[in-house]
Amino acid sequence: MATAQESLAFAPRRRRFSLARSRNASAGALLAGLLAAAALFAPALAPADPTAMDFQAPFRGPSRAHFFGTDNFGRDIFSRVLYGYRTSLLVGTGSAALAVAAGVPLGLAAGYVGGVLDHIIMRPMDALIAFPAILLTIALVGVMGTSTAVLIAVIAIVYVPIIIRTMRASALAVRAEPFVEGARARGASDLRLALRHVLPNAIDPVLIQGSILMGIAILIEAALSFLGLGTQPPHPSLGLMLADGRDIMRDAPWVVVFPGLAIMLAVLSFNLLADGLRDVLDPKGGA
Amino acid sequence: MGLARFLVRRLLLTVPVLFGMSVVVFLLIRLVPGDPAQVILGLRATPEGLAAIHRDLGLDLPLHRQYAQWLTHFLTGNMGQDYRSHVPVTVLLRQRLPVTLELAALAMLLSVVVAIPLGVAAAVRRGGPADRTATLLGLVGISIPDFWLAIMLILFVALELGALPSSGFRPAAEDLLGNLRSLILPAVTLAAGLAAVVVRMTRASMTEVLSREFIRFARAKGVRERLVVYKHALRNASIPIITVIGLQSGYLLGGAVIVEQVFDLPGLGSLTVNATLERNYPVVQATALVIGLMFVAVNLATDVAYALLNPRIRAQ
Repeated sequence: MATAQESLAFAPRRRRFSLARSRNASAGALLAGLLAAAALFAPALAPADPTAMDFQAPFRGPSRAHFFGTDNFGRDIFSRVLYGYRTSLLVGTGSAALAVAAGVPLGLAAGYVGGVLDHIIMRPMDALIAFPAILLTIALVGVMGTSTAVLIAVIAIVYVPIIIRTMRASALAVRAEPFVEGARARGASDLRLALRHVLPNAIDPVLIQGSILMGIAILIEAALSFLGLGTQPPHPSLGLMLADGRDIMRDAPWVVVFPGLAIMLAVLSFNLLADGLRDVLDPKGGA
Repeated sequence: MGLARFLVRRLLLTVPVLFGMSVVVFLLIRLVPGDPAQVILGLRATPEGLAAIHRDLGLDLPLHRQYAQWLTHFLTGNMGQDYRSHVPVTVLLRQRLPVTLELAALAMLLSVVVAIPLGVAAAVRRGGPADRTATLLGLVGISIPDFWLAIMLILFVALELGALPSSGFRPAAEDLLGNLRSLILPAVTLAAGLAAVVVRMTRASMTEVLSREFIRFARAKGVRERLVVYKHALRNASIPIITVIGLQSGYLLGGAVIVEQVFDLPGLGSLTVNATLERNYPVVQATALVIGLMFVAVNLATDVAYALLNPRIRAQ
């Protein structure tokens, strides 16, 4: 912590922010919290076993007994959506956390140290980022298989270049600030400068990007499962429900309407959160 | 530095990127477990048969020699043939590429035509109806899963209303109207995400520019409001908007993979997915490189657009 005795140029005090200052952020955080709770307590909340078939009640429309209706096997869609959220949110938070955990040190090193290290880190990222994400994911899933853990790792690999770039750009900008020069003049070591001065002041854009990434990861998990390359049955997945539902959607539109709305709601909550974070953390609204 | 020199330098810079990409694709597809010879022979596979095919396809050579062989062939315009159908890959590309390009171009056109005027209107009157629409589109557009939007359009527009075909493709040369009708729903699906990003950026960039001094000056001078907004402001707000359109074109190509799958369109995306699943090395290598090439070309076009809009950039 920089104190008055140590320096002439002060590190800007970390702005204390509360999510309540942004309507978007609070709405997003609230919605994401609710969905996470729904996923966590799915066993208690779900009115039915998500895999239990009921041949007495196939193709039932939405009703008090089945909020979202039933599918061709009489399975309760609402229960399946709750359990599907478990996979979605696990992949979303897991891959974003992994990408941030790997991307922040690499981006910081590239931006702060620069030189040859910058090239060693960034050039492979340029080649990685040049591919459409979905193609890269499909290829990697082909190499590594389709378990949930693999999906998390693959999505993290595909998006780590973006976290690295964001962190690098931000670290480069902060490194040039006078307060970093001030700390250096006081004899702070490079490691201390990077970790105590640059990192805390450069992390905000990464947090925003991480929140966006959670939404993207949920979309990718759903898309891969939809193509048959992601979560495999009998594990519940919203994307898988949409793929199965296509064959019967003319008779039972609710089998495709609700799982899709559910995905959208989850992604929306993280995007709202990201927008709100941007309002709070970066009032100038950099793009 | 003149525009010509700027262009040459940018072109030269793309060479290492493309080379790196070709190496990545080459290694990645070979890392995927699964043997193309096994796919070709299926149940008839015998150890001798597999070995013979490996020899024919050059798969028994060490990796670096396989790569060198592929690269020399590629540079002389020979992309090899589909392992299964024995159709030259260049022929496949000629069939598939136009479909994806037409789809992507339509989606791009659609999203720009909707998003830019909407974003401008939102910035001009903050808090008004256009602003609320823009905010909603900006948020829903990036949150909606494209394959779900596709399913909803098929279900409610194609099947319920019977207004448009739900799948399949008509070549433009045979039936231009049918061609457009078969691409409207896929293009709308693909356009949603792009429009969302463009509308956000247009709104943000225009808001910023409209608050500057020279805009107030132009208004004070009595320049007509339309001219102030569309000529003075939009031109100055255009660089971030063009950047985001350029960056998102990669998303269009990726999104096309899924949209082509759902609408059953014979484009590059569905070709790539199926070839990956079949370990059809020559096809995957060629399609991935073509997609990468398009991406690089769009980036280049974006840079050129900058240089034209803002001569100061050329000097850097």
